[in-house]
Amino acid sequence: MGNEAQPQDATASVDFQEVQQTERFKTLRKRHRSFVFPMAVVFLLWYFAYVLLAAYAVDFMSTKVWGNINVGLILGLLQFVTTFGITAWYVSYSNRKLDPIAAEIRNEIEGHEFDKDGNVISGVKK
Amino acid sequence: MNTMVPAVNVEALKDTTLLNMGIFALFVAVTMVIVFRASRNNKTAADYYAAGRSFTGSQNGTAIAGDYLSAASFLGITGAIAINGYDGFLYSIGFLVAWLVALLLVAELLRNTGKFTMADVLSFRLRQRPVRIAAALSTLAVCFFYLLAQMAGAGSLISLLLGISDWGGQALVIIVVGALMIMYVLIGGMKGTTWVQIIKAILLIAGAAVMTAMVLAVYGFNVSSLLGSAAEAANNPAVLNPGLQYGKTETSKLDFMSLGLALVLGTAALPHVLMRFYTVPTAKEARKSVVWAIWLIGLFYLFTLVLGYGAAALVGAETIKSAPGGVNSAAPLLAFHLGGPLLLGFISAVAFATILAVVAGLTITAAASFAHDIYANVISKGKADADTEVKVARRTVVVIGVLAILGGIFANGQNVAFLVALAFAVAASANLPTIVYSLFWRKFTTQGAVWSMYGGLAAAILLITFSPVVSGAKTSMIPGANFALFPLSNPGIVSIPLAFFLGWLGTVLDKRREDPVKQAEMEVRSLTGVGAEKAVDH
Repeated sequence: MGNEAQPQDATASVDFQEVQQTERFKTLRKRHRSFVFPMAVVFLLWYFAYVLLAAYAVDFMSTKVWGNINVGLILGLLQFVTTFGITAWYVSYSNRKLDPIAAEIRNEIEGHEFDKDGNVISGVKK
Repeated sequence: MNTMVPAVNVEALKDTTLLNMGIFALFVAVTMVIVFRASRNNKTAADYYAAGRSFTGSQNGTAIAGDYLSAASFLGITGAIAINGYDGFLYSIGFLVAWLVALLLVAELLRNTGKFTMADVLSFRLRQRPVRIAAALSTLAVCFFYLLAQMAGAGSLISLLLGISDWGGQALVIIVVGALMIMYVLIGGMKGTTWVQIIKAILLIAGAAVMTAMVLAVYGFNVSSLLGSAAEAANNPAVLNPGLQYGKTETSKLDFMSLGLALVLGTAALPHVLMRFYTVPTAKEARKSVVWAIWLIGLFYLFTLVLGYGAAALVGAETIKSAPGGVNSAAPLLAFHLGGPLLLGFISAVAFATILAVVAGLTITAAASFAHDIYANVISKGKADADTEVKVARRTVVVIGVLAILGGIFANGQNVAFLVALAFAVAASANLPTIVYSLFWRKFTTQGAVWSMYGGLAAAILLITFSPVVSGAKTSMIPGANFALFPLSNPGIVSIPLAFFLGWLGTVLDKRREDPVKQAEMEVRSLTGVGAEKAVDH
């Protein structure tokens, strides 16, 4: 009990290159990257736009909007809002588009459907 | 509401020393019991380094918040907003947005491919020895800079909270804090460390929430009148606008850009943050951890905005600056104003607990990196058994603990703020390019990794050495000398792009190709979680 009693490498016989070439894996990779890359670019640009404004557009940022609340404070709080928003969006996207397909591929690999020796057990190899 | 409150009597703070110590002792007693209970199941390397991978996402997310919200964030940012107004807030936004890098690009993929350390992931499909050594060295460098900053900060915190102003007394308290930390990590391993961080995070966020509610209540929950009162107390409406701290000169503006870059790209590459992702059973739980951490950290920074302006309005910048501990005393002074000695005692104890928890997290990360990467994989070439490896890790904890105590005593009173900036800059330049390339760029090679890591590490350290934080200015470490050839105090804007460039250059010039089988394996594992390290079953 409690030792690392799990098989040392349950995936030693898996042909990962074959998995990598399947349409389903390519779909998973595409879905992941087509979400995280554009999103990373967007939030980094938005963050640096904000930092640039704070450094070089002080007058604009100091414009009072409501009482003592100025543009700078509103944009700063919007950074919080977008951070929370992107977080929630990514979680829902993963739950819908990434996790199910990742689980399918994982189950197939663990069910020895991609073993190198070619002994296709379940008979649905690709 | 009368906003012209009487100034806080700084002398009165000293009377609360015993109360502060009492509350802190209670925290230590409670956490010690939990650490002892948690340590009963510490048997394997996975138990010791990764808490048996048995924490839930929400527990780990709370621990991440506890690890990340250091004394610098709590005392430093509240103080910065109280004195410099808006620019202090600017700082906390970088610290928060940075978590999106961790969420989108790093956390889950890292959890799926690694075992205990950052080097596990970086060396997965490249040549083991050179990449592991480089990753371990940069891990140790980041941990060391961060650790020294925390321990040196403990000195000034002690003078403020316990009223101990002589050097010997402060040294004694640093030794006590260090010894406690060694005990937590030695006995409790990652499990004990995590519980200390969870408890501390809950106390810190709850304390800040109570104070925020009290400040807002003073102003009838009207943020605009809080801001107005802060501007009035400061006698300067510009505290509500950006530029008071960073907008002075063109160089200081550029310096802020550099800092912003290092903050936003450094967080997701801090080794002690990365290691926390191994304490959960699956990638999905790692994702949940980051989501929890983002909510808690974001909420906390919103509190510090209110607390900072609250301290400016209710305590006053002049009182804060003249108190022992200077800028850092804004939050404790505000606590005293709002809730008297009891709230001050609570906040002070939480600040101590904060140092303890952060230092413990850094120490176990550094020890794991030395024992797992350098000892087990490089020195004994993977032949050491897990028991020996954990034994080495435990010894390393003691060595690092003693070094941290000595460093804390000798750096006490020094200007060490640059050490934290340096830790972030080194993490962003030495680690992040290689993490991103090895996860997403198929052709990335060993030479690219090694060039990027050593190049980023060397550039960050050299630029800091030749910057105004070390020499050439009144506030420098060595104010007498002047060899400040580099004008910025944060190297990120140069060292981070350089490290990305070196990673690309090293790869395209590399004649060797990496194993495509390993590349396929890493890609499939990282996205599907197949074969990922599972939770230890007790």
